[in-house]
Amino acid sequence: MTDVTDSFTSPAPAGLLHSVLWTVGLADRFVRRPSPLGPVFVAYNRSGVSACSLAGPDGAEDFAHDFATRFGRPVLADPEPPRLLLRHLDAALAGAASPLRYDLRTVSEFGRAVLAKAAEIPRGQVRPYGWIAAEIGRARAARAVGTALGHNPVPLLIPCHRVVRSDGRIGDYGLGSPAKRAVLAAEGVEPDELERLAARRVRFVASATTKIFCHPTCAAARRITEDHRVMLGSPAEAVAAGYRPCRQCRPMPAPACP
Amino acid sequence: MAADLDAAFPDVVRAHQDGIYSIALRLTGAPAEAEDVAQDTFVRAYRALQGYDSARRTELALRPWLARIALNVCRNRARAASRRPRTAPFDDGVEAPAAGGDSSSGVLQDEAAGELAAALALLPEPQRRSVVLHHSGELTYREVALVLGRPEGTVKADVHRGLATLRSIFELQSRELPA
Repeated sequence: MTDVTDSFTSPAPAGLLHSVLWTVGLADRFVRRPSPLGPVFVAYNRSGVSACSLAGPDGAEDFAHDFATRFGRPVLADPEPPRLLLRHLDAALAGAASPLRYDLRTVSEFGRAVLAKAAEIPRGQVRPYGWIAAEIGRARAARAVGTALGHNPVPLLIPCHRVVRSDGRIGDYGLGSPAKRAVLAAEGVEPDELERLAARRVRFVASATTKIFCHPTCAAARRITEDHRVMLGSPAEAVAAGYRPCRQCRPMPAPACP
Repeated sequence: MAADLDAAFPDVVRAHQDGIYSIALRLTGAPAEAEDVAQDTFVRAYRALQGYDSARRTELALRPWLARIALNVCRNRARAASRRPRTAPFDDGVEAPAAGGDSSSGVLQDEAAGELAAALALLPEPQRRSVVLHHSGELTYREVALVLGRPEGTVKADVHRGLATLRSIFELQSRELPA
């Protein structure tokens, strides 16, 4: 016969540890969502979305392991992902602007400035690394901008794929150059057209009627009719020809660049 | 933990979750309620630890400290819920207070937990708390004395008397129910 004292202890439920850590912000949860590059895992915590990566062949376990290694905290599949969050995630993954917050605690201050600026580039458009550098007041740091974008913990959601080489070529991407072309194409940018312009050393497009010059993918540039389109190689050339920079896409780099 | 709370806290939860959950389950009698109590206990503990300097964290005796938080959480929840006491499942005459309790659950373990909690609820408050802290929380008599603010000798006596009463309750029950 068992004694009454045998029934005084029970193991805690399996989910308790994670639930506690989640509540105090020491653990994340993740969901699997579709994206232009196939299924992705997106992790988040109370401060915001913390990670996004392509779902590999080994799936969720692999993702959880990589996440723990990179961020030093556990991540578990969310048993009840909030609906509103899923809606915002799907919109952002499809390239739309979203009110999502991001947890960028492992990113440097410079990196955060770079990512915030990249997040301003609208769907269907691209900007050069040098443009980001100039916009955040670090005109000489174009290379560092590339590095910071390469370490973006939330690719696709913060659109680092919309930043291209300063000569206009598509350039590198954390998930590989072909993936970058694929996402851009899904967003309505024509990668082949960008490469053709780059090969012709065309970096800006101007309107002969408005006398304004733009980045080639700027919404305003796309409205210029064929007859009035002027191709330009540099801001200096544009200014010399009497054009002023577009106020939307701000193609004029900081004075530090010749 | 003194230096890096965030790095150490998962191990604090791992080390103490069974004890805190066991205390909560015996006091509430319902697994879902007990899980909430345990969760709340650790979240409160974390927030309190955030405000402590490293000296205070170092000298903290975690087991009794967490047990005290769990007791407070149990009491606050019971007060907030102000539920009608539930009828003890083993006795149709006596009303036994047991917070929470999902009576629709048919899980055997739930029933066992409910029965023990209901039997415990028949004990005088100090005995019940002493028994649960010592046998579920695995606190030493000295730690129980610390948590409850009672002399160690009294705690020891309460545990022994409480257990004796529980044994006789269950003995009575096994005689009354057909095998």
